[in-house]
Amino acid sequence: MSQSYLLVALPELFLLAAGLVLLVVGAFKETAAGARLVSNLALGTLAITLVLVLVAAPDRAVAFRGNFVMDGFAGFMKVVVLLGALGTLAIAQPYLRREGIERFEYAVLVIFSTAGMSLLLSANSFLALYISLELMSLPLYVLAAFQRDTYKSTEAGLKYFVLGALASGMLLYGVSLVYGFTGTIFFEELTALYLDEEGAELPLGALVGVVFIAAGLAFKLGAVPFHMWTPDVYEGAPTAVTALFAAAPKLAAMGLTVRVFAEPFGAFVADWQQIIIAVSVGSMVLGAFGAIGQRNIKRLLAYSGIGHVGYALVGLAAGTQSGVYGVLVYMTIYLFMTVGTFGVVLALRRRGQSLEQIDDFAGLGKDQPLLALATAIFMFSLAGIPPLAGFFGKLYVFLAAIEVGLVWLAVIGVLTSVVGAYYYLRIVKLVYFDSAPEALDRGMEPELRGVIAVSAVVTALFVVVPGPILGSARVAAGALFP
Amino acid sequence: MTVALFVFYLLAGVCIAAAVMVVSARNPVHSVLFLILAFFNAAGMFVLAGAEFLAMVLVVVYVGAVAVLFLFVVMMLDIDLTAMREGFLKFLPVGALIGLVLLVELFLVFGTLSVGTAAPIAAAVPVPEGMSNTEALGGVLYTEYFFAFQLAGIILLVAIIGAITLTLRDRGPVKRQDIGRQVHRERPAAVQLRKVDSGKGIG
Repeated sequence: MSQSYLLVALPELFLLAAGLVLLVVGAFKETAAGARLVSNLALGTLAITLVLVLVAAPDRAVAFRGNFVMDGFAGFMKVVVLLGALGTLAIAQPYLRREGIERFEYAVLVIFSTAGMSLLLSANSFLALYISLELMSLPLYVLAAFQRDTYKSTEAGLKYFVLGALASGMLLYGVSLVYGFTGTIFFEELTALYLDEEGAELPLGALVGVVFIAAGLAFKLGAVPFHMWTPDVYEGAPTAVTALFAAAPKLAAMGLTVRVFAEPFGAFVADWQQIIIAVSVGSMVLGAFGAIGQRNIKRLLAYSGIGHVGYALVGLAAGTQSGVYGVLVYMTIYLFMTVGTFGVVLALRRRGQSLEQIDDFAGLGKDQPLLALATAIFMFSLAGIPPLAGFFGKLYVFLAAIEVGLVWLAVIGVLTSVVGAYYYLRIVKLVYFDSAPEALDRGMEPELRGVIAVSAVVTALFVVVPGPILGSARVAAGALFP
Repeated sequence: MTVALFVFYLLAGVCIAAAVMVVSARNPVHSVLFLILAFFNAAGMFVLAGAEFLAMVLVVVYVGAVAVLFLFVVMMLDIDLTAMREGFLKFLPVGALIGLVLLVELFLVFGTLSVGTAAPIAAAVPVPEGMSNTEALGGVLYTEYFFAFQLAGIILLVAIIGAITLTLRDRGPVKRQDIGRQVHRERPAAVQLRKVDSGKGIG
């Protein structure tokens, strides 16, 4: 029995053990070459973990006295999150080298944070949820301030830390209310508690707890009205860290949100649906209108990320299996688009200086046609223009909403997409139709080239070969609705 | 029972009074000392509630480590707390009003609503019989809560890594002892034989 326990959590255990080993390796090789070695080893670690998740048995298994669950849903989300961490760590390497902040702690912190995300997706009790959430967040606060000599980066780290602590407090308060009114923190017991009774009602105190939990999760998602930190933190943090923020933790938080609302509180869709709808509408609208006036590409992508979380939550608001299916497809596609876009931002340089302003995209079409093509693919896809992948992500969540009669929600989604298309298309216009006084630097590191190419190919060719993503997302969504 | 009640009100009263003094004392060192007093009284209340392990942890960890650390920080940083507290009186009425409104609302909520007594409640873990707190906690910490306990350890490790990453700086030319280099140093590198003319010195 004890052996099978460890096997169920093998990917996480491997990740944590590897993190400890890498820490020692880094401590004994305190040079730039050592940092590179640790970073490469970390990439290998994440790749091996990915394989371990992929070969794990797809059946539902519970470990650590009900605290840890491995099922199809967790497996699917873990693969997506690990891909995000892998991609962003790969593109971080050349950036950190250029900025002169290459230190081995970066990779170690990414490994520990990824382990937290992976555990988060397998959390099966509120205790495991909270501990994993902290394990995910704490390294991220440090990473935001990683460029500690610049004012902006330290400000980003401090802001993220203080607001993150506030969100943790709200989440914990909600958990304590739920525990006080139901007597359990285990998801399975919570589900079973209301299974026999038809038309059972959630006790009022527990409902208040659910609201607080939703607030804490919305903060981690960067959804309205808990989005205030995103633009500042995204802008201030080193660009490679921003890429990580936009990709991995957001996906992990989304996976967790889906699990919390679909599993322990799955019987009370009517109770939490309005919260999710309000958060979703707010995020979509703010994401669309907030981004219009931005001059900095990182701030723009922060607002874009808020909007995309809003679209994904439309699927969750439906509260059905096809809704969760839509969320999974959406977040997977979002991952490839975002990592690719940040790859482009990291590749944008003039005379060795990293560029962050939107106007700096001007002239890209003439200087680097291939990179410009990739940029155009990502922007059209983020805007949701067929036949690129982003369109299908939106299609599935809106279809799920229409199925349960939330037509107006889908209409708002479509309208805000149209508004959002303005600023995505403006970048395409800058790339192809404007010219810059000075040419952009040519030449890209192989890691950057590889990640951008893979993301662009997946985004562009999803329409031809949609099978792998759609098929596994369908199975994963089915795991939550037995 | 009445003795326990009396002790409770004594501890609670001193605790609240000390807490008020923490934020209102003029001298920051006094604030920290009042904080320690508040911790001690809270520990006393834990003993009253039958949680003697928590009481001891509170004294050992908070009084022994955290408060002393606070004291060091306050004494070493030389923060001008009077400047920080300048707005205190100005914002006091508004803050008190908000607190009052919250209090009234809480009373209304808990006074008028029967908060879901009919709801099903899962069986909580029973209080173990014939066992001290410490024994009970020790029994479950590495079994029932192994997962959370180990992860908490990892989180503390991450906190250490983070603190070092953000604060440790290479402080330029610091002279460090390198035994290998010391041993490898040979005579010609260390000693020079010079012929000094009398009355002239080394020019």
